[in-house]
Amino acid sequence: MGNLGVNFYESASVILFGIGFMNLLLQKNLIKKFIGLNIMDTAVFLFLAAKGFVFGGSAPIIVDGITDASYYVNPVPAGLVLTGIVVAVSVTAFSLALVQRLYQHYGSLNMDVIMRKMKEEEH
Amino acid sequence: MEWRMWLQKIKDWVDGYTVMIDADMYIANRKRREKWDWRSIIDFIYEKDLHKLHNTLCVMCCVAFIGVMLLVVNDLPQYGNVNNPANNEVSVRYVEEGLEETGAVNLVTGMILDYRAFDTFAEANVLFLSVMGVLFLLKTDKKNDDKQQQMVRKKDAEMEAIEQKPIRQIGAKYLTPFILLYGIYIVINGHISPGGGFAGGVIMGGGMIFYATAFGKEKMEQIFTFRSFANISVGSLLTYFVCKSYSFFTGANHVGWEVPKGVAGNILSAGLILPLNICVGLVVACTMYGFYALYTKGDI
Repeated sequence: MGNLGVNFYESASVILFGIGFMNLLLQKNLIKKFIGLNIMDTAVFLFLAAKGFVFGGSAPIIVDGITDASYYVNPVPAGLVLTGIVVAVSVTAFSLALVQRLYQHYGSLNMDVIMRKMKEEEH
Repeated sequence: MEWRMWLQKIKDWVDGYTVMIDADMYIANRKRREKWDWRSIIDFIYEKDLHKLHNTLCVMCCVAFIGVMLLVVNDLPQYGNVNNPANNEVSVRYVEEGLEETGAVNLVTGMILDYRAFDTFAEANVLFLSVMGVLFLLKTDKKNDDKQQQMVRKKDAEMEAIEQKPIRQIGAKYLTPFILLYGIYIVINGHISPGGGFAGGVIMGGGMIFYATAFGKEKMEQIFTFRSFANISVGSLLTYFVCKSYSFFTGANHVGWEVPKGVAGNILSAGLILPLNICVGLVVACTMYGFYALYTKGDI
């Protein structure tokens, strides 16, 4: 096993992703499901940030006019993480609004109860 | 014997011997196939008591998934190595030419608001669209609410009117200006220090939320109404679009017309990045406050 210990940030992010996915599958409460989704988002951000790091590099803000690529970490993953955060916030907000409407209509946050009531309403 | 019957049928069909079937009898005797509903899975799980099996299967799938992903991580290039494929000529170009081409000291800001400005425009649009979706779903309206919800809201409003919160009110009175000032500082210094439109906008939105929690709906409506929300968000998005498309059409790929860059490190430098940052910050602040107001009061 060569790189698992060296790539510890990537390993941690993969495990976090799995935990979030498990949360998404196992929880019955809708809000807890979306907490799981947010854990998955955070795992992806950690992975991207870890991919851009360079040993000995500082944040990509130019100091004293030094424009040598080996002095700074990779700026591209930072931009990608920013995009990801914005999309995650938007998706979470919209889905929580949907959950609030579902709660107002069915009086429950439990997936099974909501689906049963939906079926009863149709017949 | 089923198969003998089928065999006989096939033989009859080959021989050309068929019996006329009465259409009414056929329809009456035909087996009714029930329309399968995917929601009946839940009834099935409850009937057979399959919860434990379902949960074990989920955990096993996820553990197998983590195992496969860890195997992939094992084969990834080493963490923090300069020669990784992620640190390719694109990032080298951004670092080495970024200051000269965009004029921004903060290379990430220069990247997202100059090289990839249209991507950031779409991000601001995503935020705006999501607040519009929340508005459609949660805005209190006579057609959007039933009687029970209106009762709940009325009760909440009465409770809020009675509630005393002196500590929060004094805190909000003295702290909100400083929070807003800090947010504005981060937005304006976005191209010369860490931060930028998104971070500063979230701080400004947080200040507004703090003020709204302390003073309630009536006081906030004197400062920030739905009309100002709509004007600020749409105006900022339009300004962003006009600025960037103007520079795009007149000097695409930095040919021809350019905004003067100024001295790197000054606040008034880096061409269009400062106004674009301000637009993004305003959109984000409005969006954050809009989410809070819609979730709590159902109105901005």
